[in-house]
Amino acid sequence: MIDFEPTEEQALIIETVHQFAENEIRPAGREADERGLPPTAVIEAAHELGLVANRLPEAFGGGGDRSAVTGALIAEELAWGDLAIALSILSPGLIGIPVADLGTESQRARLLPGLIGERFVPGSLALVEPRFDFDAFRPRTTAKRDGDTILLDGVKCQVPWLEGGTHVLVIATEPEGLAAFLVPRDAAGLSVEPEQKMGTCGLPTVELALAGVRVADSDRLEADDAAVRLLIDRGRIALAAAGVGVARAAFETARDYARERETFGQPIATRQAIAFKLADMAIEIDGARLLAWEAAAAFDHGVRGPELTRLARLARDQVMRMSLQVADGAVQVFGGHGYIRDYLPELCLRNVTGFASFEALALI
Amino acid sequence: MPIDFELSEGSQIAQRHYHEVAREKMRPISRRYDLAEHALPTEWVDYWWQEGRRGPGDRKAAPNDGFVTICLQAEELCWGDAGLYLRMPTPALGGSAVSSAGTEEQKKRFLSPFRAEGGHPIWGAMAITEPQAGSDAAAIEATAEYDPDTDEWILNGTKIFCTAGEGAATVDGGFVVVWATLDRSAGRGGIKSFVVPANTPGMELIGCEKKLGIRASDTATLRFEGCRVPSDHLLGSAEVKRSDTARSGDGAASNPQDKGFKGAMATFDASRPIVAAMATGVGRAALDFLKEELESQGIPIRHDAPPRELTAIERDVMEMEADLQAARLLTWRSAWMMNRGKRNNLEASMAKAKAGLAVTKITQKAVQLLGPVGYSKKLLVEKWMRDAKINDIYEGTQQINQLIVARRILDYPSSMLR
Repeated sequence: MIDFEPTEEQALIIETVHQFAENEIRPAGREADERGLPPTAVIEAAHELGLVANRLPEAFGGGGDRSAVTGALIAEELAWGDLAIALSILSPGLIGIPVADLGTESQRARLLPGLIGERFVPGSLALVEPRFDFDAFRPRTTAKRDGDTILLDGVKCQVPWLEGGTHVLVIATEPEGLAAFLVPRDAAGLSVEPEQKMGTCGLPTVELALAGVRVADSDRLEADDAAVRLLIDRGRIALAAAGVGVARAAFETARDYARERETFGQPIATRQAIAFKLADMAIEIDGARLLAWEAAAAFDHGVRGPELTRLARLARDQVMRMSLQVADGAVQVFGGHGYIRDYLPELCLRNVTGFASFEALALI
Repeated sequence: MPIDFELSEGSQIAQRHYHEVAREKMRPISRRYDLAEHALPTEWVDYWWQEGRRGPGDRKAAPNDGFVTICLQAEELCWGDAGLYLRMPTPALGGSAVSSAGTEEQKKRFLSPFRAEGGHPIWGAMAITEPQAGSDAAAIEATAEYDPDTDEWILNGTKIFCTAGEGAATVDGGFVVVWATLDRSAGRGGIKSFVVPANTPGMELIGCEKKLGIRASDTATLRFEGCRVPSDHLLGSAEVKRSDTARSGDGAASNPQDKGFKGAMATFDASRPIVAAMATGVGRAALDFLKEELESQGIPIRHDAPPRELTAIERDVMEMEADLQAARLLTWRSAWMMNRGKRNNLEASMAKAKAGLAVTKITQKAVQLLGPVGYSKKLLVEKWMRDAKINDIYEGTQQINQLIVARRILDYPSSMLR
């Protein structure tokens, strides 16, 4: 039955996360961007809220809430605070969710308790590769059998690499299709180089070179091609929801500024040139959010395969276009001040530009 | 209930039913009545009156999504033909006005003939726009004067762009809801709406517009000269609130019967989701056709292809799909809010603004991508482009809906932003 209202439990989660985003994340966003590091205290405090743990299995101390819609609602609120910090907070899910859903019993026992433990332990997922023609569903990083072991070769980028992580989940291509491997950060043949990016600087990422990295069968998730494709779709839904959050932040900031800033004795918001731009932002944000929700709800209803890929793709692409339009519009509404790093719009503009290349930086 | 996009069983039944109606009853005569502008599409009108208006036979058996189901009907039937949809013998916008601002007795009196068995098809319509007053509805000049000797209202003025106005004004049993002012100096506070039954002396059909699209729809010009209706044909109160002089394109009142102009404008909160759904139907007709045509040529839309590998057509189609679905979901949201009794003024305008513009662009793109085939009258694609454009104009232009959205998000009264 058609319904647009979150459950009472979801409404409570939204409220809690929004307050956290407003009080803790937003004030820390600028400094995180300038320093290139997320604020440890905020990350630890978010960990105590248990947002990622809530999604992991109860058997390991998690909350067992697998709703993708809930995940989308959380991602939007966190990203409304700051995208880089939001992705940092959600990073344990990059390992936790795939291992919970696709891991062997021993992989689950090995990794999940740490992610749900007292201290924050970040996760890493390596999918994107540094090429303009990168295809998420056909990465060039290969996994080849060599006797009892598997050899990983290739180059990855945009890999979240927060301090304190133990493993990185590497997506590679086998002869049979996509596969995912748990690789220790200190594995031989693996080298990392920190990345400098246009935006989301508060999320440290690396370029990851895999030169004959040797892993065992026990490091491979029990995931076939379809299961890994599903992870990519889930990443797109999560990123779509996060993009809605950033766009909302840019829109609200521009709206409030337009009500205060005066030209010729009147607030600029009283001019149609500004007011209509704000109206278009609001309409496009809501439309894109509903696409993200629809994809998340489809996942929750068990839709899989090409139809989920379609819904996730449409939502992600719409958010990519919409968020750029909104963030650019926010810079424009601010005029000269929009170009200054003291204000939020330019940060939003740099951050949302990433949605053109982001994949699997968060999972729902 | 959680956030959910799955239609209930009753809605799915309705959706399938109206899709079949559109395919079997509307599409085959679509071109004929586009060419024979203004001709009464008798086979369609008779079908609707005798059978169509009953809806799917098993509808009552299953729960449905309320107002969302009405939007589904509009979408499916406009997927069939938007002009024919507008020509259906129903109370239409006149009915919405009576429903939102009329008393129970008025609703029964004016609307029950549309539910009566047998008889002949009848139409309802709403007459607001005047030659010099469209979006600025508070600027209308038609007047209503009370005659205490006969306890009647006397209407004078000219109305244009009255959808279904020919049928409503000239076929006994139907009616036109006419907006007129009791006192021009009172601004929008003086504007009231009146039910004028078909063939009331003093109401004259001047003619129908020749239009870009929706040519099967009778868009009438009506002249009122000393047109008298009984006093109880006024919808809402006769009181003129002189303080309420600011002009506005929005409205929505919690109690429309008491709010005069705002009550009349509240009609749009119910009609805009339907117009948005109608738009979505026309846009989907073009997009469905385009995708089928591409598929038949062996051109797939690869939703899993990376950006660099996408063809221009794939990129366009995916963008069309996303925009159409965003419009549809915004529409469903605004309709769902009505089910919940929530005020949907903002959301209805969002849906209408998005849908009107999205389908204007989608149908234009479909014509372009299909080249000479799209431009040819052998197919219906060019017609859908012409039909789609009206959705960005009537029931509040794109710009009026932007204005309403802007006022809401800025929390500005109409005096601050116009």
